[in-house]
Amino acid sequence: MSTTTASTKQIFGIVAEFDSASDLYHAAEKVRDAGFKRWDVHTPFPIHGMDHAMGLKKSWLSGVVLCGGVTGFTTALILQFFTQVNLYPTIVQGKPTNLNTVPAFFPVTFELTILFSAFATLFGLLIFVLLPRWNHPLFESALFKKFSDDGFLLVIESKDPKFREDKTTEFLESIGAKAIERVDA
Amino acid sequence: MPTGTTDQGVHPSEAPGVAREPLVLNNRSFSWITERICGIVENRQPLGWWFLFIPSAILAGCLIFTLVYLVSTGVGIWGMNHPVAWGWDIVNFVFWIGIGHAGTLISAILFLTRQKWRTSVNRASEAMTLFAVMCAGIFPGFHVGRFWMVWFLAPVPNSNAIWQNFKSPLLWDVFAVSTYFTVSVIFWYIGLIPDLATLRDRARTKFRKLAYGFFALGWRGGNRQWQHYEMAYLLLAALSTPLVLSVHSVVSFDFATSVVPGWHTTIFPPYFVAGAIFGGFAMVLTLMLPCRLIYGLQDLITMKHIDNMAKIILLTGTIVGYAYIMELFISYYSANKYETDAFHLRILSGPYTWAYYCMFFCNVIAPQVFWFEKARKNLWIVFIIANFVNAGMWFERFVIIPTSVSVDFLPGQWGLYSPTWVEKLMFAGSFGLFMSLFLIFLRFLPVIAIAEVKGVLPQADPHYHDWKKLREGRRSK
Repeated sequence: MSTTTASTKQIFGIVAEFDSASDLYHAAEKVRDAGFKRWDVHTPFPIHGMDHAMGLKKSWLSGVVLCGGVTGFTTALILQFFTQVNLYPTIVQGKPTNLNTVPAFFPVTFELTILFSAFATLFGLLIFVLLPRWNHPLFESALFKKFSDDGFLLVIESKDPKFREDKTTEFLESIGAKAIERVDA
Repeated sequence: MPTGTTDQGVHPSEAPGVAREPLVLNNRSFSWITERICGIVENRQPLGWWFLFIPSAILAGCLIFTLVYLVSTGVGIWGMNHPVAWGWDIVNFVFWIGIGHAGTLISAILFLTRQKWRTSVNRASEAMTLFAVMCAGIFPGFHVGRFWMVWFLAPVPNSNAIWQNFKSPLLWDVFAVSTYFTVSVIFWYIGLIPDLATLRDRARTKFRKLAYGFFALGWRGGNRQWQHYEMAYLLLAALSTPLVLSVHSVVSFDFATSVVPGWHTTIFPPYFVAGAIFGGFAMVLTLMLPCRLIYGLQDLITMKHIDNMAKIILLTGTIVGYAYIMELFISYYSANKYETDAFHLRILSGPYTWAYYCMFFCNVIAPQVFWFEKARKNLWIVFIIANFVNAGMWFERFVIIPTSVSVDFLPGQWGLYSPTWVEKLMFAGSFGLFMSLFLIFLRFLPVIAIAEVKGVLPQADPHYHDWKKLREGRRSK
């Protein structure tokens, strides 16, 4: 058990390391049941079922992507109809552009739907996960670095209404944390 | 107690009769995977890397030279003329685009179908996809003659008040290929973020920390991030699946919507897509077999992976073979004189008949050895067959593109086509560019998706240790 010396700085939160994905999974269930709100688990890969263990709801990124797709679809149809019918009608092989031309517009409509959806996915994701954020108090923690290798970490932030430094530390120890570190804000 | 306990108290993946070959051999730990994959970009490159990189870079230089020569002189230095206006450049374009299909297939379709073995090969094949599409883009881009006018392809208001013809398959192609490239980059980059964070956290020099840190965007691997990340990955996979099928279909429309005998075929879209997957997997094997050996990745890219890819090559190769024969049958069955003659010249007495048989042997006959397990387990045979397929797929495009237009409706306008040294050097140079980019990728980015491979280890299952404890408890009783 390693505990850092008391610091005079403001506290950001407590990082606790667990032995395995299973231990972290069960710890998360206990933290959820204890009623903490501002906490997270940090793992090298997404753990199956962790959303449930943490009590998280479904990600609604799909809604953002749907909006992106609809925008792409409409953009493509407007772009094609407006330029082909109003701005610059090209009559190729004696065929005018009208509603019967729609099948010829399918490929571009499809591609733009996908393109806009993909951009919506990327930017939606970045907004949902609040990135890029190159600086974060957690990056100052030595223990936290292990998350990207083989560390299974649980972080409780001091902003959580239930957070008390000594009690939360004790609680984390009681649910099986093998190392604990205090992180300054 | 975990739900669904078996009487023996063993993890389902280890249950007798159900157990599958593990995806990562020798019970490797999480940190072993980090160490092995990050080690490739952190340590000095083996001699084999330089041995491949130097000739590739020289060839890539040749490509730049031929492009400068082309732009400064004009497309007349290519061997194309009436009636063959689409020669090696379009052949190479379709060839490279086809290769670019395996990456997204592995990352998207195999993701949706829960094929976990994809995790070891998806990163490299996605990178391969991007580089192949880059190589592909060069050819039509310069084929337009005045490269600086390429922006006319984009629907932007211009002073001539001219707009593109959206009813043209060539414009569909522009949209399809550029969308495909963009979406592939996004997919690849989102997949890279957690691994870039790993490299950032391991970086020993300040520069590396800054560079990897910048692109890792400050990833912290919190489940509140993974939750949306996984959804994003799933959505991109769902978007890329129809996209990858559409791209080569649209490429085939370039030909299928014309009236040229040999091009005007409804089977083209599925036939092109199957061929693209076929050629793409062959290129993945061509790259990954040496890569696995040079960097010692045998525990991650196992014989099981190679076996699976060989089977996909066998399947798609056979689909392609069916398409070849169906094309011949339809040309006979159509009773259309021009159609029948085009295929007669293609397979019996035409000037390019030899190319048809090269194609048929490489694509249809050669992969049939993969019916035998022994052949799939022999890496030399797999490597040789994969290269047969690479060559065969190039011949396929050659057979379709220049040979059809060289002998179309009126014998009076028939004409043969042969490439000049510029076209040959450009093609070789595109290989140089492709290889150089791939080797640079190996040098600076994790070749295997670290986070994803960790996720398929048995100990990544949150119930794995529960099973283990249960079993130990039973033993001690």
